[in-house]
Amino acid sequence: MAFPRIVAPSPLPGFGLSFGITLAALSAVVLLPVGALLGRGIALGPGELWEMIDTPRIRAALGLSFRAALIASLVNLVFGLLLAWVLVRYRFPGRRLIDAAVDLPFALPTAVAGIALTALYAPNGAFGQWLGFRVAYAEPGIWLALVFIGLPFVVRSVQPMIEELDREVEEASATLGASRAVTLRRVVLPTLTPALMTGFALALARAVGEYGSVIFIAGNLPYETEIAPLLIVIRLEEFNYDAAAAIGIAMLMISFAMLLALNLIQSWTRRRTGHA
Amino acid sequence: MSRSSSDTGKAAAIDRRAAVALVATGLMALLVPAARAQEPVQILNVSYDPTREFYREYNAWFSDWWQAQGNAPLTLRQSHGGSGGQARAVIDGLDATVVTLALSADIDAIAERSGKIPADWQTRLPHNSAPYTSTIVFLVRDGNPKGIRDWGDLIGEGIEVITPNPKTSGGARWNFLAGWAWALDAHGGDEAQARDYMAKLFRNVPVLDTGARGATNTFAQRGIGDVLLAWENEAFLALAEQGGDAFDIVVPSISMLAEPPVTLVDGNIASDAQRETAWAYLQQLYSPEAQALAVKHHYRAWDSSAVPQEALDRFPELERVPIDAFGGWAEAQPRFFGDGGVFDQIYAER
Repeated sequence: MAFPRIVAPSPLPGFGLSFGITLAALSAVVLLPVGALLGRGIALGPGELWEMIDTPRIRAALGLSFRAALIASLVNLVFGLLLAWVLVRYRFPGRRLIDAAVDLPFALPTAVAGIALTALYAPNGAFGQWLGFRVAYAEPGIWLALVFIGLPFVVRSVQPMIEELDREVEEASATLGASRAVTLRRVVLPTLTPALMTGFALALARAVGEYGSVIFIAGNLPYETEIAPLLIVIRLEEFNYDAAAAIGIAMLMISFAMLLALNLIQSWTRRRTGHA
Repeated sequence: MSRSSSDTGKAAAIDRRAAVALVATGLMALLVPAARAQEPVQILNVSYDPTREFYREYNAWFSDWWQAQGNAPLTLRQSHGGSGGQARAVIDGLDATVVTLALSADIDAIAERSGKIPADWQTRLPHNSAPYTSTIVFLVRDGNPKGIRDWGDLIGEGIEVITPNPKTSGGARWNFLAGWAWALDAHGGDEAQARDYMAKLFRNVPVLDTGARGATNTFAQRGIGDVLLAWENEAFLALAEQGGDAFDIVVPSISMLAEPPVTLVDGNIASDAQRETAWAYLQQLYSPEAQALAVKHHYRAWDSSAVPQEALDRFPELERVPIDAFGGWAEAQPRFFGDGGVFDQIYAER
């Protein structure tokens, strides 16, 4: 062989071609833009980068963005699991309709979602006027928008796992004397954990970068309801591309660390519970 | 056997190539002169949000006028968005023929960062290249329940003021400077007092939308706030859309002379014909007919000869401070709205 093999030979032909196309496509849409962003950061140097990011306003915006994304993903974790469970385990009129509606947040332009949620939850809106606290133009509004856009991720990751769950295992657990809560905790949830973690991570990553729906409902007050992506846009309006790139890199790094941590937890639980 | 077959193959290939060439030549002969005669001059007007309706009418008028002068038909396109974002799009390569933006700072940015517009662009057309002007007024709820008369009333306890974010909205910068101009005048030119006034004003702002339209929606549709600081033309538009009995316009004692400027993007001009057409497009904005259209869309005009008097009565007299009082946008922009500028300091001190 003229060149060393980096993968084991496969009986199926075409690895070189398909790998080349994959890499080219991935480069064009993911690696190059992210590389350009990081390149800007490297040109700045870590010291200057840190100086740009380490201001009270950016700390507040980053804190808000990641806090709101975390809260929204946790809400989606609980209600997404419940929704998926109901959709798989129960038969009721309108089930297919609800099943289809789960994907709506994917299909709807996020700006439309933001405006619709704002109209409903504004102090003069259909729901907002009955609530004792402010939702739109306050932090709960941001949670709401992020719950909306993140909902499909948990449902769609967990749904197939619930469908594959063996009911006989649950029945065996019951005949062996386990209560419903114990069956849920010791039998059902451990099987679903990997899928739940995947859905949670996807919803979280999506929520951290969300811009379109949030700016309509947030109020956008510096230090209070200003999300990090809006601060990036503001820096661009000032033609301060370096500062915009610095915030982008900070978000990228934090997201990467969070997703890495989730993956580590996931592989740890896998080893512990013995599920593949 | 094999030789003869290859020969016929070659002959066929030559035949085919000749045929293709012949057809192509014929098509080009047909198309090229026709295309040259028919190819209409294209003008792309890159503008900001509130001018959408005005330029739709002006484009129709100009197209008719241009052909009535014995010129070939032309293609007019318009693009609208936040003024700063539009400027950035032109810098990043949007092939605007002319730009008609909310403030000269945005055109300065194009001139400085892309080099497609000469630095002295503002002297190329009359009135600082601003064919129409506007000002900043207050829109309040019907009957003015909070009794808002002037800038001083905006910092009162329990008053909610709606204005977009000066960082992302050109209109909001005019709002900010108008308030600053009033405070400076009210406190005998004391800048510390003016800053204090602005800090109190923004303490009463519950929402910072990213653009002027968004702020108008927050005030008009969502019912947030007691007073909206708005372009005069946006205020009239909101009034017209709501049937006129939902809001009142309050004109403060002092406001800004807002001059939304226009200019040619020299670096994007492809031909002499396009240059000539584009200049005519900009110059005709000063014609009595176009000025009347601007008044119809609630802008203040320089030449009101074609405007009926009752249309002018909507615009009350007020003291309008020009941007030159702040040393022009070149000075005002970084000082008030740059990174770490007065606006940032107001929020950092809270």
